[in-house]
Amino acid sequence: MDYRNVKGRIFNIQKYSVHDGPGVRTIVFLKGCRLRCRWCCNPESQEYKIQEMTVGGKVKTVGEDITAGEVMDNVLKDMPYFRRSGGGLTLSGGECLCQPEFSEALLRIAKDYGISTAIESTAFASFEVISKILPYLDYYLMDIKHINSKKHKEFTTQPNELILENAKKIAEYKGTKLIVRVPVIPTFNDTEAEIEEIAKFAVSLGTVDEIHLLPYHRMGQDKYKGLGREYKMGDIYTPSKEKMEKLKRVASRVGLKAQIGG
Amino acid sequence: MSKFYSGSIKKTDRITHLVENLFKKMPEIEAERAVLLTESYKCTEGEPIIMRRAKAFKHICDNIPIYIREEELIVGSTNKNPRGCQTFPEFSYEWLQDEFDTIEKRAADPFYISEETKQKLTEVHKYWKGKTSSELATSYMDERAKAAIDHNIFTPGNYFYNGIGHVTVKYEEVLKIGYKGIMNKAAEELALLSVADGDYAERHTFLEAVIISCNAAINYAKRYSALAYQMAEKTSDITRKSELLKIAENCDRVPEYGARSFYEACQSFWFVQMLIQVESSGHSISPGRFDQYMYPYYKKDMDEGKITREFAQELMDCIWVKLNDLNKARDAASAEGFAGYSLFQNLIAGGQTSEGLDATNDLSFMCVEACLHVMLPQPSFSIRVWNGTPHEFMLKAATLTRTGIGLPAYYNDEVIIPALISRGLTIEDARDYNIIGCVEPQKSGKTDGWHDAAFFNMCRPLELVFSNGVDKGYQLGKRTGEIDDFKTFDDFYDAYKAQSKDMIELLVNADNAIDVAHSERCPLPFLSSMVDDCIKRGKSVQNGGAVYNFTGPQGFGVANMADSLYAIKKLVYDEKKVTLKEYKEALENNYGRPVSNSQAEKTAIEALKRLNDSGIEITEKIVAEVVKEVSANGLSPQKKAEYDKLLEMIDEIPKFGNDNPEVDAFARDVAYTYTKPLEMYKNPRGGHFQAGLYPVSANVPLGAQTGATPDGRLAYTPVADGVSPSAGKDVNGPTASANSVSRLDHYIASNGTLFNMKFHPSALEGNSGLEGFITLIRGYFDQKGSHMQFNVVSRETLREAQKNPDKYRSLVVRVAGYSALFTTLSKSLQDDIINRTEQSTMY
Repeated sequence: MDYRNVKGRIFNIQKYSVHDGPGVRTIVFLKGCRLRCRWCCNPESQEYKIQEMTVGGKVKTVGEDITAGEVMDNVLKDMPYFRRSGGGLTLSGGECLCQPEFSEALLRIAKDYGISTAIESTAFASFEVISKILPYLDYYLMDIKHINSKKHKEFTTQPNELILENAKKIAEYKGTKLIVRVPVIPTFNDTEAEIEEIAKFAVSLGTVDEIHLLPYHRMGQDKYKGLGREYKMGDIYTPSKEKMEKLKRVASRVGLKAQIGG
Repeated sequence: MSKFYSGSIKKTDRITHLVENLFKKMPEIEAERAVLLTESYKCTEGEPIIMRRAKAFKHICDNIPIYIREEELIVGSTNKNPRGCQTFPEFSYEWLQDEFDTIEKRAADPFYISEETKQKLTEVHKYWKGKTSSELATSYMDERAKAAIDHNIFTPGNYFYNGIGHVTVKYEEVLKIGYKGIMNKAAEELALLSVADGDYAERHTFLEAVIISCNAAINYAKRYSALAYQMAEKTSDITRKSELLKIAENCDRVPEYGARSFYEACQSFWFVQMLIQVESSGHSISPGRFDQYMYPYYKKDMDEGKITREFAQELMDCIWVKLNDLNKARDAASAEGFAGYSLFQNLIAGGQTSEGLDATNDLSFMCVEACLHVMLPQPSFSIRVWNGTPHEFMLKAATLTRTGIGLPAYYNDEVIIPALISRGLTIEDARDYNIIGCVEPQKSGKTDGWHDAAFFNMCRPLELVFSNGVDKGYQLGKRTGEIDDFKTFDDFYDAYKAQSKDMIELLVNADNAIDVAHSERCPLPFLSSMVDDCIKRGKSVQNGGAVYNFTGPQGFGVANMADSLYAIKKLVYDEKKVTLKEYKEALENNYGRPVSNSQAEKTAIEALKRLNDSGIEITEKIVAEVVKEVSANGLSPQKKAEYDKLLEMIDEIPKFGNDNPEVDAFARDVAYTYTKPLEMYKNPRGGHFQAGLYPVSANVPLGAQTGATPDGRLAYTPVADGVSPSAGKDVNGPTASANSVSRLDHYIASNGTLFNMKFHPSALEGNSGLEGFITLIRGYFDQKGSHMQFNVVSRETLREAQKNPDKYRSLVVRVAGYSALFTTLSKSLQDDIINRTEQSTMY
């Protein structure tokens, strides 16, 4: 079948991103996720169903059903910038693995046009699903939030065994570069010991040499209100620059190329 | 090792002091030049004009006060304090006389003027009545053209009131052979003339005038040599003494003879640069490819171990400061159009050689470094970009962009070179182009481009379509028909094209009248000595002596017209949601919105005056009623709701700047309504008209003379600047905006296009920010955009600077084709800069 016609559900397309994969990229945000991270800055991404959210006093529909071909026509408008920078398409969400056929179609079209591909993903899916998209994927930006499964579940509603297991398999796959990303959330995983544990796990995968530490921010706060939900992060604020630098040094010591932010 | 030295070089204390000294005093108008000019003119009545000009220039150079400022290494200034200016009554003077008592307090570019200066100038001005180039130009203009200017359809005020400027001379020739060498060339041509030649009189007189002018420049430098010796003798500071002796030695040598060292070349350059601006008030005297013509002197000194990189950098920094020392007073209206005391001395680095090889060298990097050191608006610094531009040079330039100073502007060789070839330049000349003023490309030393010839407001012809050619009760334009006559969108669009073309014709008439006036009243023998082929042809630049002659008036409001015409096409003709009549009424009522406070105030005051004049006593109650009436527009709530609905409908129509191919193709066609008709016309110097699409800062003052437009823009608010999308209408990020703008035809607008982009500083943070930024430029240029410039400063900072100007005196921002000190701009222009979209990456 023509994969251009595969339908999926997205809620945003973000251009000129320089933080989520190499070069200048366009990020397609897919709707739906199986995790419910307390700090999530895109709460409108979590539900698969199309929702209404109040933004700046106006009610906005979140979510649109669209074919892979239509999405990529839009993405490929920035071809000149991809070509100059080695950039391309990044799928984010939500969790793109919740819409596997659609994600696969998007990545395939991107590859048909020779642009770089990346996904930002929790890897919370069966490896069978993941293995289908790997042939079209250059960069897997994988969130590893915590090594302790109990704490992971407490803050994200899901345990981490499947995630860590998948990480090992993805790391073995030759054609895709795995990069580990850690959202640094005060009260959850911002101690040096916790970051060191994650970094060590990353090193143990054998093929991972890069880790991104993404400082928690409150930019999603208003969206919770817009969705009629409660923001549960209380008065937790962005970790200081010094703190982030300290954590970066921890990760570097373990032997990874560490950076703050994407 | 890298091919280039791209690292940073330490800034010296001297440069810090020189920059501080620039801003110690308010700029002042001085009378000396005007007095000397007039003395000379009185003695040369009846002589050929070119000879009178040469003698006046000589008289000024011989007698105008000269100054060497503390710590200077490069000297040459005719004003006692930095940023002072002389006046040029031969072009116009009435405006200055009229502004004597207001120029110090006006919003845009105020100047101090002493009572003594006022007296001297008043005396001088008596002589000039009926003798100026502006008066002659007026007499040559068609009545309809004058009416079109009065009605603000276009404004040729720049050249009407001032010299032409907008030129890059053969700096390299003066550096190489000196004015002595140029005089020799003129003498050789003189020797070849036969007294029986038909054009003997013209050529002979011109060449004599060239020789007098070159002598004047040499003598001017000798006066500096003498002054430096005197000062050296007086000073007890040993270091300064040796510096002054070196200055004396330099000025004795150059610009009379060729430069033997980088230091002499720098000093020689400066005399050329400043003296052109003593001969005429024309601005945009652009140094051009400084990194190219200075390089041989730098390389030789470096190879022979005669100079350190640090000292060479310090000399360049000194020149950069001097470029900010020059100034010029303009009339109040022009000052708003060119706000920020800007002289638009455009200096460009990088690009290709005339053979098509990469031209980047160490000096290209040091030019960027000089900008980083002085952090001043001048020179208007530009970078040429082509497929072979080294990435490290892009990175160096991007670090300058990141400072938020609005420099450099980036130019695309891959568009500009073919565009110039299409205008008749040889491929070698086209590859050697530089930029004049804001964005105007040309070949140095061979071109009289008359760039910036007029501002053409593309919105105004549309107003004429709605009124069947009537403006403020006067039949200004053609009768293109009542709005009921336009049965199809094409009928309507054709009417716009007809009004536009008619006004373009009047613009051409006005420009050509001014052109002739300049050739008859203010030819420039000194400038002409440095432009090919004046000496060979025995003609001044103003008489057609240059190899390439153009006239380049700039249109602006492309985005407004594209969005407006597209909205009419969709809402009136395709979807039939509103009639033209309803649209017209909405525009006349400014969509039911009150006009801006200042406009409301004006209207209220006028109404109150009328009441007062008719003998009605103005009570508090009457004032309150008038104010209420003005701000409410006298419309019923029902009407207002109708207009609100129309505005909503307009809002939903796709706008230019969002990567919508249909709208963008439409915008391309709309731009042609200005660029295409214009190229049919000729100027008196034997050249063609060519369009530019850029606004300088005139989109604000001229927007203030434009009623509401069908794109939803309210009356008297700024129109879009350059080829940029309308402020706030491009909502899909920088790449979408750039993609849209690249879909205009940048080749045909060979007098330059201007694409302004605002970035929040966070967008350029870190290495990925810089690389992304360079990608944006590269991607836009790959799609054949011509020019790109950036303001990298947050709205919060600008708002803060408005509140506390004293704390932000040195904040430099990009205005249009140039940068200026933010706090020197008028409030309305500041607001416009704040309101333009601020693009950033999202997280």
